[in-house]
This record gives sequence, C-alpha cells and structure tokens, in this order.
Amino acid sequence: MSRAALLVLAVGNPSRGDDALGPLLIERLQQLSLSALGDVELLTDFQLQIEHALDLEGRKAVLFVDAARPGTACGATLTPIHAAPCMLPASHALSPQAVLQVATQLVGRAPPAWQLAIEGAQFALGEGLSPVAEHHLTLALALAQQWLESQRPSAASPRPVSATPVPAQPPVGAAIPPATRPHH
Amino acid sequence: MSTTTTPEAPPPSTRRVVIDPVSRVEGHGKVTLLLDEHNRVQQARLHIVEFRGFESFIVGRPYWEVPVMVQRLCGICPVSHHLAASKAIDVALGIASIPRTAEVMRRLMHYGQIMQSHALHFFHLSSPDLLFGFDSEVTQRNIVGVAAAHPDIARQGVLLRKFGQEVIRLTAGKRVHGTGSVPGGVNRHLTPAERAELAAQVPQMLSWCEQAVDLVAALHAQNPALYDHFGSFRSNWMSIVRPGGDMDLYEGELRVRDADGRILQDGTNVQDYLGLIEEATEPWSYMKFPYLRALGRDAGWYRVGPLARVQNCERIPSPRAEAQRQRFLAHGPVHATLAYHWARMVEMLHAMEVIAELLQDDAVLGGELTAPLPLQRPARREGVGVIEAPRGTLFHHYVIGDDDLVSWCNLIVSTTHNNQAMNEAVRSVAREYFDGRAVTEGLLNHIEVAIRAYDPCLSCATHALGSMPLEVNLVATDGQVQDAVLRHGDGRFERVPT
Repeated sequence: MSRAALLVLAVGNPSRGDDALGPLLIERLQQLSLSALGDVELLTDFQLQIEHALDLEGRKAVLFVDAARPGTACGATLTPIHAAPCMLPASHALSPQAVLQVATQLVGRAPPAWQLAIEGAQFALGEGLSPVAEHHLTLALALAQQWLESQRPSAASPRPVSATPVPAQPPVGAAIPPATRPHH
Repeated sequence: MSTTTTPEAPPPSTRRVVIDPVSRVEGHGKVTLLLDEHNRVQQARLHIVEFRGFESFIVGRPYWEVPVMVQRLCGICPVSHHLAASKAIDVALGIASIPRTAEVMRRLMHYGQIMQSHALHFFHLSSPDLLFGFDSEVTQRNIVGVAAAHPDIARQGVLLRKFGQEVIRLTAGKRVHGTGSVPGGVNRHLTPAERAELAAQVPQMLSWCEQAVDLVAALHAQNPALYDHFGSFRSNWMSIVRPGGDMDLYEGELRVRDADGRILQDGTNVQDYLGLIEEATEPWSYMKFPYLRALGRDAGWYRVGPLARVQNCERIPSPRAEAQRQRFLAHGPVHATLAYHWARMVEMLHAMEVIAELLQDDAVLGGELTAPLPLQRPARREGVGVIEAPRGTLFHHYVIGDDDLVSWCNLIVSTTHNNQAMNEAVRSVAREYFDGRAVTEGLLNHIEVAIRAYDPCLSCATHALGSMPLEVNLVATDGQVQDAVLRHGDGRFERVPT
C-alpha cells in the first residue's frame, strides 16, 4: 500500500461554530502549493473513531488537529503526544492518544504524532467562525506549516515545534485584540 | 403539535442525587435521582440538551441543500439524516417513486451505515462492559482494553466498521459529508471495480458478524440472571415494518406492539405519524417525550431501536439473521435493557446479508439515477421521511415554501423516542444499586451501562479537546451538595470536597 508519508487528520463539525477550526485548517492547507506541503495526505472527519487507527499505518508522522475549549490551548498549541488509553466518558469519539493506542495494538506500531489544538470560543449549531477563532486559525496554519517543514527528509530529526507561537496581529477587521482571552 | 405536561412535583421529603456529565462546550447530560424518605430511588431524570436548534438550523435553507446539511446534526449517524431528509423531500416534491438504481444505492448506503454504527457501538462502547464486567477498572473498559485483552475481537470490530464506512464512501461519494442521495434519487453508480472490491470482503464480514452474535449470546448464557434482570421493565415497542411484517430498515409502515407482544397499531402510513404520536415536554429537559396519542402520556411511551425492531417484525428476510432472531426470541417477549446488545448484533448480521444481496444487483452499476419532477407542482409541498436509523426510528418532516426554502420542519430522532425508556432504565438500575448513602463508582458504572445500551447521542455534536469530566453530585432537599465525585477523561474517579 502506497501512502503519503505524512498525515494531517483534522476533526470537527463545520456547522458548529468554532468546531469547524480543524476542517478549516485543512482547507487552508489545501490552498498551499504542493511544494509547500510535501508528501502529505490531508483528511477530515467529524470526530476520531476506531477505524482511524488504520489511517496511521505506514506513516512517518501524524498531526492531529482539533478545536479546543476556551482556555485550554493558548490560541494554538502544538505538542507531541503518545499512545495512551485515554477515553472520553459517555462519548462515541476517541482521543488522539487512544487512536494511537489502538493503532499500536492492532497494527503493531503507531507513528510519531503531534496534536495541534486550536482554541475556539463558541460551538453552537449553525454558528459561523468567531473572530477570535479566525485569529487562532491563522496562528495554527503557521504551526502546521512549521510542522510539515520539520518533517521533510532534508530537515533535522523530528522535533516538537515551538508550543506557543508569538501572538500575531488579528486579521484586519477582527474586533478582538490579540491579548484578549475568550470568555471562559 | 406538542403539549406541555404538568411538571411532576418531587415527592415530599426527597433529596436529589445529581449525576452530571458535562460533556462539551454547549450541551451536557445529567441524571437526577429523586429519593423518597426511605432513601429509595423514586424517580430518575436523564437530562440531554444536545438536540437544541435542529429546526432553526434547517428552516430557511433551499430544499436541495437539506439532505447534505442535515448530516452535520450528528457525527455518528449522518447518513441516516441524509437519507431521511432525501425521502421527505421526495414526498414534498410529489415524486411518487424513485428509479430502481436509486433505491438500491440508497439502501446500500443505509445498510452500510447500520453496520458501521452497530459495530462501533458494540465493539467500542459496549463490549468492554460486557467482557470485563461493569465494575472492572474503568481504564480497561474501552476499546483499548479490548484490543489488549482480546485483540482478535477488537480487530474484527475495527474492520467491520471500516467495511461499513467503505460502503458509505462509495455510495455517498465521500468519506464524510457525502452527497450521494439527492432529491428524487442518487447521483452516482458504483464502478465494477468498486463493486468487486466490496464483494470480495463479503464472506469474511458475514463470518465476523455471525461470530459477534454468537459472542453476545455466549455472554448472556454465562450470566442469564444479570442479562435478563438488569434494567428490565415493560414497555410498548415501535418501528417500521414492510406491509406483512417483514423487517425493513429503509422503508415501511409504522407498527406498535404492547409489552405482551400484541399489535396495537399496524399499517400506519408514515405521512400520518402525527396522528399516532404526540410529543410532551417537561420543564427539566430540553428533549421531548413522545408517546402514543391513543394511550396517553402515562401509558403510551414506547421503545425504539434494535430490541424493538427484532420483536416488532414477523421475520427478518435474510436467513442467517432470522435464525439468530429465533434463538434470541426463544424465551418470549424480551424486556431487559442489556438485550439491546444481542438484538443489535442480530441486526448487524442482517445488514451485512442485505449488503451482500444488494451488491449482486446490477442496478448498482447502471440505470436511471433520479426521477423527474412532476409536471404539476403540488399545491402544498410537504413530506415526511422515516427511516430506521441505527438507534431507532427517525422522522424528518418538511414544508417547502413557494420560494423553495424550507418554511417549517420537525425532526424526531431515535434518542428522543427512547427518552422515557432511558429514564426508566436508570430508575430501575439505580433502585437496585444505590446504597441510600452516597454516589459510588459502582452506581455510576451501572447507570452508565444502562444508558449506553440505548446508544444515545449524548455528545455527538462536537468533540473539541478539553472536554470536562463526568461529574456526580449528591444534593439534599435544601439544595446542599452533600457529595460530589468526578470521573476524569482518563478514567480516574475522584471525590471532591463539598
């Protein structure tokens, strides 16, 4: 089976306000040139499920992308993660760590993985992206590009990308200044 | 359409035990146990707020967008909404029948959804409880634990679900947010290579589905007292069946049986569902309480889903599943909550048999995809689409205005049909396992198992990182929190100072 060496797997519901951050990041990446992306497959889904463990097979590295609750991601945060039996109570979804754990037990190994958490503010059905989430999406895109660059064959050995970026200016027209924290 | 019942006042001298899973950013579920003066559970209230805003999300959209947009209502069964909406729009547009190819492709998509959803529920959510025991280490009671202790079973679960997802991808056109079903039909065929790819996996999938039924039957045989007794209560049952009574999860007429198996209503056209069902509201819950008009609020509530369907039909029209159904029904009407798991696996086997049959139909490879719109536009464009989703009967009801926008809609999802039943299940289990003093981890485990059997969509809408843990509070009649515990996302159970 021939697969792209890198996988970016983003989850979220495009119609649930800032839960769309994951799929929107994939859209932004798709707008970049192939040379900027490298040997990467971009996937989106509503939520992580057990079969996503099979998507990890044969990858050199994986980046999980998801929206995060207010106050949990400092805008956008990129961190290395490891397999763990981390399950959400009363939920159909798996955590990225649990997907890695399932992959380890089903196919023998899980690739090195990172999690890009993008902080959102509102998640109601039918809402659009909030201004603060739009700003965080810009931060996250920069982190995702750094991660892709770090995974190139010519790059040094894989390493965690800077966890918290220097806050950028909000996009023109954004009502919320960069230092403002979303309401908790 | 809806009525508001008089709020049932808490009995005097009661205190409340509140079990509060704070699931996500917007909505959360909560269980409140009302105790009597002898510290016995008198009432149980399961609060679910996930279903707010469905109608306002849909009203005002062009009708042709609706089958695609409604998939975003649920991250677990988007295909069920996709197809129910398509069927409702067909009726509203006056399309009396769709081409055979469209019917076959939609059915294939639907049974793929049934299969993958049932596989997810059993192998990911339920088998850990059943294989390890309700009071086993919570960090083990998940698919990761199953993969460690029973790698073959876990692998089968993952690959069964993967197969169902492939059926959906190839019929809907995409892995998520598919567009395969459109008003009047579908927009694609399978290629010969795609059909061959799926057909090649059929024998293995059928074998694994049959093994899954045998597994849950064996678990029942090991502890029949538990499986027959846990969360058992009498109820009515509702589902669609074919005219004559055969199981059909895609199309049919509404049938209702009582707790003794007697048919109460039969052959009800789904377009007339509002004559059969009324929805009550309660001030403590966002989710409505449907009931049969003829029997009233107190006696007319019912259960839907696998346990209803396997008992409501006369037979399952596929041989392996029907043989398993007969084994399941050997002891007469089944009321036990845990029997949902056995019935669910019988249905998964049936879904796989149907998929195998549909893949042999050359209509999947060619033929008309859509029906033409009628020459005469209906005076009133209104339609109901009903489908048996994995968790139970799903209603979509739309009115389309002259501007082609949806002007009114009503959705009744499976979890709503089972609302009263889940309250009854929690009450039954809590009555047995609450020690009258504190919320223990054991009690929480048992309540979770009872709710999980119905596979409710408690937190399907969104799943952002940083979800809150499960919170359990014990509250006295004066509102004082006397006990509070947390279940964290990693399974830790923590008692919180009050």
